Amino acid sequence: MRIVVSIKRYNPEKKPQAYTQEFSLDVKPTDRVLDVLVSIKENQDSSLTFRKSCAHGVCGSDAMIINGQERLACKTLVKDVAQVDNDRIEVEPLRSMPIQRDLAVDQGVFFDNYRKIDPFLRPKEKPPKEEYRQSQKEREQFEDPTKCILCSACYSSCPVIEAGEKKFVGPAASAQAARFAFDTRDVGIAGRLEELDTPDGVAACDNHFNCTKVCPRGIKITKNINTLKKSIKKHKES
Amino acid sequence: MKHELDVVVVGAGGAGLYAALEASRNKKVKNIAVVSKLFPVRSHTGAAQGGIGAALGNLEEDKPEWHAFDTVKGGDYLVDQQAAMILANEAVDSVYDLEHNGLPFNRTEEGKIDQRRFGGHTRNFGEAAVRRSCYAADRTGHMILQTLYQQCIKNKVAFFNEFHLLDVLIDGNTCQGIVAYDLATGELHTFHAKAVLLATGGFGRMFRITSNAFANTGDGPAVLAQQGLPLEDMEFFQFHPTGIRGMGILITEGVRGEGGILRNCDGERFMERYAPTLLDLAPRDMIARAITTEILNGKGILKKPQGDDYVHLDTTHLGKEVLEKKLPDITEFCRTYQDIDPITTPIPVQPTAHYGMGGIPTDVNGQVFGDTKGTIVEGLYAAGECACVSVHGANRLGTNSLVDLIVFGKRAGSSVASFAAGAQHQPIPVNADDRAKKRIIDLSNSSSNVKQDVLRKKMRDTMMDGVGIFRNGNDMADAIETIKELREDAKDLSVSDANAKYNTELMDTMELKNLLDLSLITAVSAHNRQESRGAHAREDFPDRDDANFLKHTYASLNKDEVRLEYKSVDTSIWEPKPRKY
Ligand SMILES: Cc1cc2nc3c(=O)[nH]c(=O)nc-3n(C[C@H](O)[C@H](O)[C@H](O)COP(=O)(O)OP(=O)(O)OC[C@H]3O[C@@H](n4cnc5c(N)ncnc54)[C@H](O)[C@@H]3O)c2cc1C
Ligand code: SF4
Ligand code: FES
Repeated sequence: MRIVVSIKRYNPEKKPQAYTQEFSLDVKPTDRVLDVLVSIKENQDSSLTFRKSCAHGVCGSDAMIINGQERLACKTLVKDVAQVDNDRIEVEPLRSMPIQRDLAVDQGVFFDNYRKIDPFLRPKEKPPKEEYRQSQKEREQFEDPTKCILCSACYSSCPVIEAGEKKFVGPAASAQAARFAFDTRDVGIAGRLEELDTPDGVAACDNHFNCTKVCPRGIKITKNINTLKKSIKKHKES
Repeated sequence: MKHELDVVVVGAGGAGLYAALEASRNKKVKNIAVVSKLFPVRSHTGAAQGGIGAALGNLEEDKPEWHAFDTVKGGDYLVDQQAAMILANEAVDSVYDLEHNGLPFNRTEEGKIDQRRFGGHTRNFGEAAVRRSCYAADRTGHMILQTLYQQCIKNKVAFFNEFHLLDVLIDGNTCQGIVAYDLATGELHTFHAKAVLLATGGFGRMFRITSNAFANTGDGPAVLAQQGLPLEDMEFFQFHPTGIRGMGILITEGVRGEGGILRNCDGERFMERYAPTLLDLAPRDMIARAITTEILNGKGILKKPQGDDYVHLDTTHLGKEVLEKKLPDITEFCRTYQDIDPITTPIPVQPTAHYGMGGIPTDVNGQVFGDTKGTIVEGLYAAGECACVSVHGANRLGTNSLVDLIVFGKRAGSSVASFAAGAQHQPIPVNADDRAKKRIIDLSNSSSNVKQDVLRKKMRDTMMDGVGIFRNGNDMADAIETIKELREDAKDLSVSDANAKYNTELMDTMELKNLLDLSLITAVSAHNRQESRGAHAREDFPDRDDANFLKHTYASLNKDEVRLEYKSVDTSIWEPKPRKY
C-alpha cells in the first residue's frame, strides 16, 4: 500500500526553524514504522536522522511520537497507524527534550534524573557465599519496573514535566526508585528516604497516567509511583 | 581533541561494562573511560533472552567439569580446553557476583536462582539434559546490561557515548590508544591510553536474515584487520534455529528448554530423526541444519523447497502460565510482529544468523595475539563476542556467550588494569588521527553514484546464500569474487549528507566497509577449511577431518587478499570424539 509519511524535521546546521516534510512510498501493512524510516533514508533522503539498534523493542533507541502518541518505531507496525491507501503517518521527535537533529533528541536530563535516584542495589547485608535468598513472590514485587529500557517515552508524555512548573525526576526514574526500594536485598525505603522523599521525587506526580498509557514495556508506572508514595508515608508514620 | 587516559574500553555491552567495572575496582588505575557508539543500555547484550549457564546445581546435581565438557563437545572439539575449564569454573562466582549486585533472577521454591534446560547442556558427559541456565524471565541479557550499567554508575565510570571507533593506534607491537568520531559534533577525538580493551560485539549484519542489531557491524575486529592483524576462526558463524520467519528476530532456545517442540508440515517432531537423545535441545548447528534439510525435502510448512520456507515451533501445550510468566517477551513478540498467540498457535520459525564464534584472538586474560606464535600486542585487549578465546570452537552452546562476557570480560578488565597500573604512556605522533581523517575525507570527496544500500543488500544476500548454513566450494568461490567486487565498488562510495553533526549516513557507510572486510575474511577462511565441523557444514566435505583440520584459522587481510595460517587446538583434557547426541 502507498502511504504518506509526514516528518517533523530540524537541522540547526542548515536552518534555524523546524519544518515538516512529506514522503510518499509503498509499504507493507506489516512493516515496522522503523522499516519505513530506513527506506526513506535509503531511497529518498539520506540526511534523515533517527536512532535505531535492536529493531524489536528491547533497546529503547527509537521512541518518537507517531500519530500523536509516544511509541517505539520498531514496535509499531504500519497497520497499527495507517489502514488504507494514502493514509498519513505523522512522525515527530519526543517532547520535553531538546531536539538534536530530526527525530533524535537529547536525553541528557532524562539520564541525569535516572542517576539522581541512585539506581543500583544498596545491599542491606554483606553478600553470602552463594546467592541472597529471595522468594519468587518477593521478586515479583519489584519485577514490573525492571523491564524498563530507558526509552524516555514516558518522560515525553508527562504533563508535569512538560508544564515545568515544579521539578520532577520523571516517571522512569520514579519507577526505578520503586524497583530498588521494593527489592528485599536492598536497604529499601528506610535506607533511601533521603533521595526518595524529596519534592522532585514521586511526590511531584499528579497521577495523569499518560506514562502508563505510552510505556512500550507495559510498566504500570503510575501504580509503582503510588505504591511508593504510600510506603514512604507509612514509613514516616511508623 | 586529545584525551590522556590510563585505560580506554571500547564498547558498553556486557563485556565492556564488566571489564570497566572490574578495572575501576583497581585503585591504582585513575582514568578509565568507556567509549561506545551506542548509549550503554542500547547495546545488544540487552537483547539476550534465554539465560546464562553456570553449574550451580540448584535443582539437580551439576558440576563445572560437565559444563566444560559440554562446551568442548558442543564446539566440535575446536575449543581450547583449559579455557573452557576456566569458563565453567568461574561462571559460578560470576553469576553470584551479578546476583549480589542486584540482578533479579527467577527463583526456585527455596529462594535460590532458578535454572532451566538449554541446548547441549547435559549431566555426566552427555547422559541427559541438565538444568544449568540461570535466567531472569526471557530478558536475562537486559538484566545483565542494566545491572552492570548501574554498577558502573555507582563506581563513577566515565562514558563517551555515541563515539565511533575509527582507528586503533599501534606502533610496532604496542598499542597506544584509539581514535573515535563524535557523532554529536563530527569531531575526531584521540584517546591516548596506556591500554585499550575492545569489546565491540558481534557482526551478524553481514547476513540477510539475522537476530543482530543494526549496530552489530564488527567494527573492532575490522579496524584491527585493516592493519593486518589476524582474526581467528571467522568461518564459524552460528545460525540460530529459531528466528521469527522473515524477520530474524530471535525466539530463545529457552522456549524449547521449557518444552517447545519443532514440527514440520506433517506435524512430525522431526528432531527424533536427527538427535534421538537430546531432540529439540540438541546443539544449534544440528537443529539449524535439520530445519533446513526438512525445508529442502519439501517438509516446510509451505512445502516449497525454494524460497523462504519455515517450520513450526509448537508451544501450544505449554500453557498460558509458562508462556506469560517465563517467556513473556517472546509471547509479546509473536503477538506484535506475527499477529499470533503462541498459547494457541505454533510459531513460524526459520534459522537466523546469530553469533560469530571467531574474532580477535586472545589469551585467557584478554591479551590480543598478533600472530600464530603467540606474540602479544602490548597494551591491547579484547573481550566478548568480538574476541575469540576460544571457548566456543566451531559452535557455541546457548547461554555460553553471556558466560564468556562476564568471565572473560572480568578477567580482561582485571588484567588491563594491572597492566596499566605498571605501564607508561607510549608517545604518539602529533597527527595520530590522520588515518581516521583520511577515511572520512575519502567518503566526502567521491562523486560516484555507487549506492550504499545496494552494496549492503548484495553483501547480505551473498553471505547468506554462499556462506550460510550449508556451504560448498563452488558457491563460496563465487561469494569471494562477489565480495571482492563489492569491496572494489565500496572504494567509490560517497556520503551525500555534508553536515558535521549527527551524520548517521557517514557512520552507516563506515560500518558497511567494515562488514565487507569481515565478509571477505569469513568467506576465504570458510573456503579453505575442507571439512565439516560445528557450524561449518560443507556439502563437498561432509565429515570432520581431525587429521588435517583440528586447528584454528588465523586470517589476515593484505589489501584484497586474505592470508591464512593455522594454530593448534588445546585438547589436553578430552580426546576428540565423534559428536553424537
Ligand atoms: C537476540 C539475541 C539473543 C541472545 N540470547 C543469548 C542468551 O540467552 N544467552 C547467551 O549466552 N547469549 C545470547 N546471545 C548472545 C549474546 O547476547 C551476545 O553475544 C553478547 O551479548 C555480546 O556482548 P558484547 O558485550 O560482546 O557486545 P554488545 O552487547 O553487542 O556490545 C557491543 C558494544 O560495542 C559498542 N561498539 C560497537 N562498535 C563500536 C564502535 N565502532 N565504536 C564504539 N563502540 C562500538 C556498542 O556501542 C556496544 O556498546 C544472544 C544474542 C542475540 C542477538
Ligand atoms: S518506564 Fe517505560 S516509557 Fe519510561 S523509559 Fe522505561 S520503558 Fe520507556
Ligand atoms: S530499535 Fe531498539 S527499541 Fe526500537
